[in-house]
Amino acid sequence: MKLRKVTAASAAVLTLALTATACGSDDGDDGGSSSGGGKKITIGIKFDQPGLGQKTPQGYAGFDVDVATYVAKKLGYSEDQIEWKESKSADRETMLQRGDVDFIAATYSITPERQEKVDFAGPYLLAHQDVLIRADDDSIKSPEDLNDKKLCSVTGSTSAQNVKEKLAPKAQLQQYPTYSACLTGVQNKAIDALTTDDSILAGYAAQSQFKGKFKLGGFKMTNENYGIGLKKGSDLKDKINDALEAMVSDGSWQKAVDANLGPAGYKNDPAPKIGEIKS
Amino acid sequence: MRGGAPGRASLHAEAREIVFDFLEDYDLLGAFWTTVQLAVLSAVGSLIWGTLLAAMRVGPVPLMRGIGTAYVNIVRNIPLTVIILFTSLGLNNTLGVTLGSNEIETTNFRLAVLGLVLYTSAFVCEALRSGINTVPVGQAEAARAIGLSFGQVLSLVVLPQAFRSSVVPLANVLIALIKNTTVAAAIGVAEAALLMKEMIENEAQLLLISAIIALGFVILTLPTGLILGWVGKKVAVKR
Repeated sequence: MKLRKVTAASAAVLTLALTATACGSDDGDDGGSSSGGGKKITIGIKFDQPGLGQKTPQGYAGFDVDVATYVAKKLGYSEDQIEWKESKSADRETMLQRGDVDFIAATYSITPERQEKVDFAGPYLLAHQDVLIRADDDSIKSPEDLNDKKLCSVTGSTSAQNVKEKLAPKAQLQQYPTYSACLTGVQNKAIDALTTDDSILAGYAAQSQFKGKFKLGGFKMTNENYGIGLKKGSDLKDKINDALEAMVSDGSWQKAVDANLGPAGYKNDPAPKIGEIKS
Repeated sequence: MRGGAPGRASLHAEAREIVFDFLEDYDLLGAFWTTVQLAVLSAVGSLIWGTLLAAMRVGPVPLMRGIGTAYVNIVRNIPLTVIILFTSLGLNNTLGVTLGSNEIETTNFRLAVLGLVLYTSAFVCEALRSGINTVPVGQAEAARAIGLSFGQVLSLVVLPQAFRSSVVPLANVLIALIKNTTVAAAIGVAEAALLMKEMIENEAQLLLISAIIALGFVILTLPTGLILGWVGKKVAVKR
């Protein structure tokens, strides 16, 4: 008797779980297939990346957000027709494949492994791995100086792996879940430098509470081609590429870079040509 | 996939090769070895500290009882991530505790063990205390009646029986601990969960990689549970 109750209960739980997942994927498909007219466009961005994609009480702000808004406008969606979704680094491919979002602009570097899973429009920004150090620290002048320093980056990120394998194999590497945790360490001198893409670093250094406390090293150690991620075979690719070209040629691209990343002394490379991926 | 019409078996083999090809680039065993080291060291540490806590909680000195109770109730209610991050951001970065090492990797490993011991011992203490409660009061009274001190009553009469009936709950704690070692990735200890993050970042294969890591943990925890379950039955005090 007891056993039967347990079986019935687990069956009920299983059914519930299955229906719940089914509902979830249905919603996703609806979001993905909408296009044009009075409908909405769903865009994946980072919610926690100051200067690039950040959710603030006043709305969403950052360079990725500006690019995405411009592209959406060119695709025929006004600003209030955009639905922003958080796309964490690990979830990006899955979100595109499931159709949860129409496209993703979230510090998404174009790599061969990712190109097997998703399509990329762009690139729209050429970033480089760089270091952020205390403004009064003069001991790091070149990438070689990093070898006897303590570096910090986000756990498992490409930047952290680059440090271990190529850039400064002898340096000590601390990994934390967030850049903010690394910055705390840099601030109280337990760590010497935070390393990741210069665009991300510039975004952090430009925050009001950090202004004047940190500076960029200015070492261009790698090339990161930020692209707009699309579902494989999406017909949006050409339209988005056109929109990105228009954004560069009418000057809004440079304006967006200056507004979001400029305050930290970030010197951007010229806008990359569509389809030109620097390795 | 590719041209030609290969037989079904070879097609399968080829697909498998492509799917699992990337695994060769990663030190999966090394990462799980770190996980095992974390788990074993933390298990030994928390068994010792947890036993001391249990002794404090059942002891005759009110102050010790209070300290034991306060420790267990505070520590087990703090999320493990907070404790682990505190060992690094608080103890190491702010207070300069390095645990006798200049290498950041070694320091982080030791800090993680420290955090895991502090956290897990609260659960060990409670598992043991439930074991102590299964020992009939008469035994402790009889032991006191023949003139044994509190320490002797506990170590000669009560604890040996308590351990035997806490094997199964302690196995639960151990399994939880093995999985909790993944939290050490938060301060950059290169164990399985950190490798998983790296692999996901590079390979864009979220589900496959998570499944592989999950399988690795099942391989570690399933035998632990089965063996300790069997041991628990073997050594149980028949009453």
